[in-house]
Amino acid sequence: MRIGTARSSYRHDESLFDSRTQHGWLAVLAVALLGFPFLADEYWLYLACLVAINIASTTGLNILTGYTGLVSLGQAAFMGIGAYTVAALEQKLGTPVLLNLLAGGFVAMLGGLVVGLPSLRVKGLYLAIATIAASVVLHFVFANWHAVTGGHSGITVAPAEILGVSFDTSFRLYWLFVPITILMVLGAANLFRTRIGRAFIAIRDRDISAEVLGIPLLRYKLLSFGLSSFYAGVAGGMWAYFFRVVTPESFPLIMSIFFLAAVIVGGMGTILGAILGAIFMTMVPEALKLIVGWLPLSADATLILSPVRTIVFGALIVGFLVFEPLGLQEIWRRIRRFFHLWPFRA
Amino acid sequence: MDFDWLFLAEIVLAGLGAGGLYALTGLAFVMIYKATRVVNLAIGEMLMIGAYLCFGLATAMNMPMWLAILVAVIGSGVAGATLERVAIRPMLGESPISVFMVTVGLASILVGVVELIWTSEPRRLPEFMPSAPVMIGEAFVPPKVFYGFLVAAVLIGVALAVFRFWRGGVALRATASDQQAAYSMGINVPKVFSLSWTVAAMIAAIAGVIVGAVGGISSTMGVFGLSVLVVVIVGGLDSVLGALVAGLFIGVVESLAGGFLGGEFKLLATFMILIVVLLVRPYGLFGTHEIERL
Repeated sequence: MRIGTARSSYRHDESLFDSRTQHGWLAVLAVALLGFPFLADEYWLYLACLVAINIASTTGLNILTGYTGLVSLGQAAFMGIGAYTVAALEQKLGTPVLLNLLAGGFVAMLGGLVVGLPSLRVKGLYLAIATIAASVVLHFVFANWHAVTGGHSGITVAPAEILGVSFDTSFRLYWLFVPITILMVLGAANLFRTRIGRAFIAIRDRDISAEVLGIPLLRYKLLSFGLSSFYAGVAGGMWAYFFRVVTPESFPLIMSIFFLAAVIVGGMGTILGAILGAIFMTMVPEALKLIVGWLPLSADATLILSPVRTIVFGALIVGFLVFEPLGLQEIWRRIRRFFHLWPFRA
Repeated sequence: MDFDWLFLAEIVLAGLGAGGLYALTGLAFVMIYKATRVVNLAIGEMLMIGAYLCFGLATAMNMPMWLAILVAVIGSGVAGATLERVAIRPMLGESPISVFMVTVGLASILVGVVELIWTSEPRRLPEFMPSAPVMIGEAFVPPKVFYGFLVAAVLIGVALAVFRFWRGGVALRATASDQQAAYSMGINVPKVFSLSWTVAAMIAAIAGVIVGAVGGISSTMGVFGLSVLVVVIVGGLDSVLGALVAGLFIGVVESLAGGFLGGEFKLLATFMILIVVLLVRPYGLFGTHEIERL
């Protein structure tokens, strides 16, 4: 229980960030986000954009898996829908960028609704496997629907352009992606203060009880699937503008596992968890690259990099589930608690 | 145009051959699921470990093939028991989803280990099966597929007999049907857990050696596990009979799709079946229909 946060008005009680300390730290974060592009080099900006995309997608999966309790291994495939929609719109119609991203989100949402349909009949692991099936089917569509997706060679995407400004470097894309991601994360944070979000949580905790309490299961489960894949679609759209080429191999099953791992490592069912998880899981391979680079190894050091990455990826999933099931978010909370009354309490 | 019946027959036979391996691996999967209620996504990777152990022993240590297979199977059993003890046992009582994700992580670790030791290049197992062509009627069956099927069939028979008559097998079935009752009858349930993982890993290793002998081994061999996943879901997670029937069925369907439509339709066809089965009979063809109570 936190102390020193007495609320004196309803507005204060309802606010998303309710203490002075939080406001202070948010200001620091805002300054850091604004200043970062001017201080960082191309490599770090590239990583920042990638992290922004992954946070958006992980937050989406967190709505579905962390808050509604429906495990999905199809997040990457939904990102694929978004990416292909954006790429096709950009290539064939040349519609505005933000409209494309929204369209990518909505088309992915439709896909999510279709995949979500079995969720009333099957749940738990069966559902996870149904979403694997969905991603296999989608991969097939991406690879064989030549008229729209360009088959195996995929689609090359022109740089995003808003009001004559071409977003062709990581520096410029940063200013497009980070605000979108912040909007999406804030949207998710607010969602769980509404009836819809609370219904999701009720379904996660026990779906039959939730139905008894008057929550229409089909509607809310579908809604959760739809929202989650909307997030994935927008993230996929950003992905398309970032990498500028979309192929069927861009969104493999391992990528879906990556997002699920990010949700677990970060901490299921918390907004902060999805953010921390996405940052952590994106940065670990880069950190490994650095470490392997430092080690006095022979020339074939790069050869062992990829297997070591695969091992560390798996070990992180297993390690967190066994030793810290609540994820990074719990570690963060412990640190915060320690400093809350510091230095007046040991 | 005359329909080529011989071609159809050959494809169906090849499909049955592959289906035998699916059934065998499905059996290993069902065994783990029945005893420990763990959906083991790492089954394909356990297959791969078995095949690579055999490969390493046969090439690097120059063992004769029969000895290499034997040692690889025992080694896989030890690996299976270790995995269960280190990663699965601590998850006892956690939600099935968490345990499932642990096996996903294990799969990734196993792939990494194999790539670290043997690199990701595809390899070939030394030949050890007779190579004289096999004819059933007029249809030609690749000898490896034929002998692979025979081995799978014999092993399935042995496994079923062991389940039925051996003390350990009875303990395993008792644990599967009611854990608490098994405990109170004096069955050492943790030991049964470890037993089921050991035996399943050994079965998977044999399947891996055969799969490797037929199609070569590589670090992406674990994809085989995806088809096995379809097999056990279609058959019902907790049904041995289901795994056998669905294994043969999926094998034939995959082979037909690959033969008549093209290789890229293989996975699509099996997963389409999976979706239909999930919608019509979510608990599989022969699985137990679980009733949820509040």
